[in-house]
Parts: sequence; C-alpha cells; structure tokens
Amino acid sequence: MKNLFREFLKGIIKENPTFVLALGLCPTLAVSVSLINGLGMGIAATFVLLGSNIIIALIKNTIPERVRIPCYIVVIATFVTITELIMKAYSPALNRSLGIYVPLIVVNCIVLGRAEAYASKNTAVNSFFDGLGMGVGFTLALLLISGIREFLGTGKLFNHILFKGFEPAFVFGMPSGALLIIGLLLGSFNLLKNKKT
Amino acid sequence: MNIGQLLSIFISSIFIYNVILSRFLGLCSFIAISKQTGPALAMSLAVVFVTTMSSIITWIIYRFLLIPFNLTYLRTISFILVIAAFVQFVELVIRKMSPALYRFFGIYLPLITVNCAVLGVAVLNVDMFFVNGKAVSGSFFYSVFQGICVGLGYTVAMLLMSGIRERLDFCDVPESVKDFPLAFVIASIMSLGFMGFNGFRF
Repeated sequence: MKNLFREFLKGIIKENPTFVLALGLCPTLAVSVSLINGLGMGIAATFVLLGSNIIIALIKNTIPERVRIPCYIVVIATFVTITELIMKAYSPALNRSLGIYVPLIVVNCIVLGRAEAYASKNTAVNSFFDGLGMGVGFTLALLLISGIREFLGTGKLFNHILFKGFEPAFVFGMPSGALLIIGLLLGSFNLLKNKKT
Repeated sequence: MNIGQLLSIFISSIFIYNVILSRFLGLCSFIAISKQTGPALAMSLAVVFVTTMSSIITWIIYRFLLIPFNLTYLRTISFILVIAAFVQFVELVIRKMSPALYRFFGIYLPLITVNCAVLGVAVLNVDMFFVNGKAVSGSFFYSVFQGICVGLGYTVAMLLMSGIRERLDFCDVPESVKDFPLAFVIASIMSLGFMGFNGFRF
C-alpha cells in the first residue's frame, strides 16, 4: 500500500510531467487562458492517462514488440474519442473553448511516454496509481499556469474579480504571455533544484 | 477556389496564426531540436513534407470514408493511425532509395508521428473546410495548401529560433535558466513580434 502511494506521489512533485520532465507542453500552453479551461483539460488528460495505462498494462504481453507504438496509439486514441464524445454531450461550452486541443491529447507526450516507460513494464494496479499521480501532477501544473495567466491577464480567478482597481495586462492572455510564464516557472524550479543540491 | 482565399491561408498560417508561436503545436520538437541550424532545417523540411502529404491523405479518408459511412467520430483514431503508418512507410522508402537523405533526416522522421502539428493540421482542415458534413468548394486544394503553409510557418519559426540560439551559446547566462527556460523566454519575445501581424487586413 505504501508502495502504491509512492507511485502516486512521484508524479506530483519529483517527476512532475510539466515542470520536471517537460512533457506535454503544447496543450499546457494553449489552454491555460483561464482556470476553468485548465481544469477541464487536466481532468480530460487524467482520464485518458488512467484508461490507457490500465489497458496497456493488461495487454502488454500480447502486443508484439515491433508494433507496440501503433498499438499504444490506438488504445490512447480510443480513450481520447470517448473523452471527446462525453465532453461534447455534457459540456459543449468547454468543448468549444478547448477546440482542437481535445483530439490532440492523442499526441500529448505524457500519455505515450507513460505507456512506453511505465505501463508496458508494470502491473495494472501500479500503472493505475502511476497514471493517477501523473494526471494530478499535470492538472496541478495546468492550474498553476492558468491561475497566474488568468489573474494577470484579466484580473479574475474562476471569473471572480479579486481586487478592485487592478489593471490587467492583456499580453498574459496571449500566446507570448504563456511562453514567458512557462519559461520563468521552469527557470525558478531549476533554481530551487540547484539550491538544494 | 479563389486567389484571395489562398493568400489569406498563406498569410494567416505562416504569420498570424503561426503553428508554433500562436497555436503551440509542435512545441516539444521546436524547443528540443532548435539548438543548431542544420538539424532544425532537416526537421522543418521533414515536417513540411509530412504535413502536406497527411493533409492529402486525411482529406481523402474523411471525404470518401468517414462521411459516407457516418463515422466522423472515428476521425482522431483514423487520422493518427494513417499518419503513423505513412511516416513509417516514408522512412522505409527513404532508407531504400536514398541512404544520404536517410542520414540527413536521422531520428527526426520517426519523431514526426508524435508531432502535434501534423495531427493538428489534419483536424484544422476538417474543421475549416467541411461545413455540416459537406466539403466546401475547392476544399481539397485549400486543405493541401494549408498543409504546405503550416509546414512553412514551422520552418520560419524554427530557423529564426535556431539562429538566435546559436548566438546565445556565446553569452553568459545564469545556470538555472540555461536551455529550456531561456528558449521559452526567447519564443515569448518572438511571439510578441509575430502578434504585430494581427493587424493585417484583407
């Protein structure tokens, strides 16, 4: 049990997919305009990660070595399609604002990376906790970035105005603001890591 | 099909909605491979080729398979499979036909399968040039042209970035922002510059 908990925890801090492994940055930057979008994307990616990790861990012995990547991609794409259909049915507004980045979860390096590096070598239970940890880590990173961007770009958090008289800088809602913030965040994480050692 | 539409696709996919700097597609390869101009150029050429060809293939599949059989919800699966298979096939052909070119592309060709730009273009084409499950007139040419232009936009951003990063090697930068963080800050400034193209009006 303690072991499983460690699998879960490592995705959040020690091997955080966004800040430490620098994987899956495209959707991170594109959808992090507001906290709602970030949360939606995080949950969608976590669902895909959980599903694909479990299925791949279960069928890993029947997949031939040489065609394993296409097999993984089919499993992942299936879960992405499920996510897309669910999102279209229950939350069309979120689906519209995430746009093409929902089908693009297929090529999110985190999902394929975990399938190749973890799920193809471990049991389904371990893979489940690994996927959960990675998904939560990804969601937290998305929330951090989108929180900063939404606050600086519009002066709001979850669409609520925090301070009166705060003059928002629109550039943080733009692509260039996203790149600047991820650059500075990665830099500060490196600084913390270098200080420790 | 008219020239004005083609021109607007050209300008918007290279400058206004540049794949990397404004849509963030293919960002991973953009940051990872832009350290030197040579590999950056190889990767860009491979991307131009694959986006063009995959635009053609995915258009045909969408128009003649998915729409007639009412299977449009299978778009993501079918597109990514076709792209992966196509990239694998091209790799085999190049290895047999031209070992020099194969060495030139190296590992960049297989990497393209997971490049979001390729799948992104296919999905964008379908979103833009099919209205209510019907192809708009000339949509095939628009799709292919958009494929080419998105590839060119990728090339422009890649060459600019690799040129800057080659120069940066001579600069003394703080240890913690070396490589990735600094590359993002540069990309941010470039994207700020590209925002100026938003003012284009037709």
